[in-house]
Amino acid sequence: MPRVGDLVFKVRSKNAGPFWVTIDVFCGQQKAYETVSKALTTERVAELFRQPAKNIKRFDIKDLNVIKFSLPRPIVQGDRFDRDMHGAQWAVLLAEAEIELAA
Amino acid sequence: MVTRVLVPSGVLGLGFDSQALARGIAKGPDIICIDGGSTDSGPFSLGTGTSKYSRAATKSEWRQLMQARAEAGIPLVIGSCGTCGTDSTVDWMLEITRELAEELGQDLKIATIYSSQPLERLTSALGAGEITALEPAPEISEASLKSCVNVVALAGAEQIGAALATGADIVLAGRTTDTATVSALPLMRGDHPGAVWHGAKIAECGALCSTNPISGVILVDFDDEGFTVEPMAEDARCTPHSVSAHMLYENSDPFILYEPGGHLDVTEARYTALDERRVRVSGSKWVSSNTYTVKLEGARIGGYQTTILAVLRDAHYVANAQAWVDKLKTFVSREISKSMGLGDGDFDLEFRLIGVNAALGSIETKTGTPTEVGVLGIITAGDQQTASEIGKLINPFVLHYPLTSDEELPTFAFPYSPAQSERGALYEFSLNHVLQLKAPMDGFTLTTQDITHAQGW
Repeated sequence: MPRVGDLVFKVRSKNAGPFWVTIDVFCGQQKAYETVSKALTTERVAELFRQPAKNIKRFDIKDLNVIKFSLPRPIVQGDRFDRDMHGAQWAVLLAEAEIELAA
Repeated sequence: MVTRVLVPSGVLGLGFDSQALARGIAKGPDIICIDGGSTDSGPFSLGTGTSKYSRAATKSEWRQLMQARAEAGIPLVIGSCGTCGTDSTVDWMLEITRELAEELGQDLKIATIYSSQPLERLTSALGAGEITALEPAPEISEASLKSCVNVVALAGAEQIGAALATGADIVLAGRTTDTATVSALPLMRGDHPGAVWHGAKIAECGALCSTNPISGVILVDFDDEGFTVEPMAEDARCTPHSVSAHMLYENSDPFILYEPGGHLDVTEARYTALDERRVRVSGSKWVSSNTYTVKLEGARIGGYQTTILAVLRDAHYVANAQAWVDKLKTFVSREISKSMGLGDGDFDLEFRLIGVNAALGSIETKTGTPTEVGVLGIITAGDQQTASEIGKLINPFVLHYPLTSDEELPTFAFPYSPAQSERGALYEFSLNHVLQLKAPMDGFTLTTQDITHAQGW
């Protein structure tokens, strides 16, 4: 199965304030956008970050060929158990995730 | 009326292209606006009331902007002075400004806006039901507010506007929203509010909305219908994609942006390339709200920390690193209890394995055998002395603890002496709330001062 990062131009993540993290999947081309927006389900993203799917806000932005996911940080930025102050490495987990493409 | 705003970079202290700044000044802007802060780097800045950026870098860049301001004869505004925008960092920026005014021989009227929130204001607002939680927010009470070392409210365009109305040459503002400095003047002049807030959001990170983010300098023209954005570096371009994509950045919702007096909705915004460098945007909407609310940011001390770092290179230990730290943790916790009389609730001891899953922790999916593993021990206790005592106590075991009882004592690599380091206070963000104000200036203090250094008679 292909990895998300192999299908798209870039996956980026960053805090959106101390209490949220947001992940942008820049698909680059329309074809990649159409493929990935179908194959990458919100449930898959939720499972990857071990969060309930209802906590994940999803935006499919056709004009930009971007899929965006935002979720409350399970651990608030700067908390003693926070491992990634800027939330920027979360993107890697999504980029490395394998997804099943529709036949 | 067209209002032309020059934004030198996304934040003071990060640097900008001086030639691009000169090009921007030559275009006759009405105002120079720059941001000085953010919560990006974590709660330390707000907790201590200090700037993340060095004083030297800040002063050197501020000197250039003060010179550009004097040359152009227009106001210069900075929001969120000194990263966190507490009263102490506004005063720090004021001190730098006064030094530079003397060095440059400038006469100035300086306005300062203070955003720190006194405890009495917060507790009385809490009692009156004027503090509302955002999603997700920690529970708050009078006691939790008392435990905050610093609380700031984010000023909006109204407070910056009040400072500009004093005729100030330079406005030094405490914590403000990212968009407040850029939006204030165009709003005062009656430009299209949707366009103003949208353009301010696009420009707040400087040239990040262009093809050359590090060049810094951006020029935005606001009018009664939309806005036009153009980067000032010769090799930078703004494209409909680079501009519209910026609404994604550090925003949980790419179409809606909340501000003190309402919200921006860019769902219907249209982005058009005017030429290779400039983008025109229209169709953005501003929706006013019935109440005026300002966001609060707070920091409290969550303990004191000492850390210890060891590196495992021995393949046997590298392969069994997690099992080793699990065993080590159980052993040293008993030693801490025995020698210091401390139980589980008195301290936290966490070992993170650098090379295994230090960045992602339990959600890491990749496995493999690294060459070496860094073992970062993080001790958090109620005071520094206890944290450091624990650090000293566990030091020999982190160095020598064997995986099994029938093997020779190992000795791992400590990168420095002593292996443990004091980190000081651990600050935590303690608020994700908004405070309702009857009038915008109710939560803020505006002062002005005139200083004279120009030579002449």
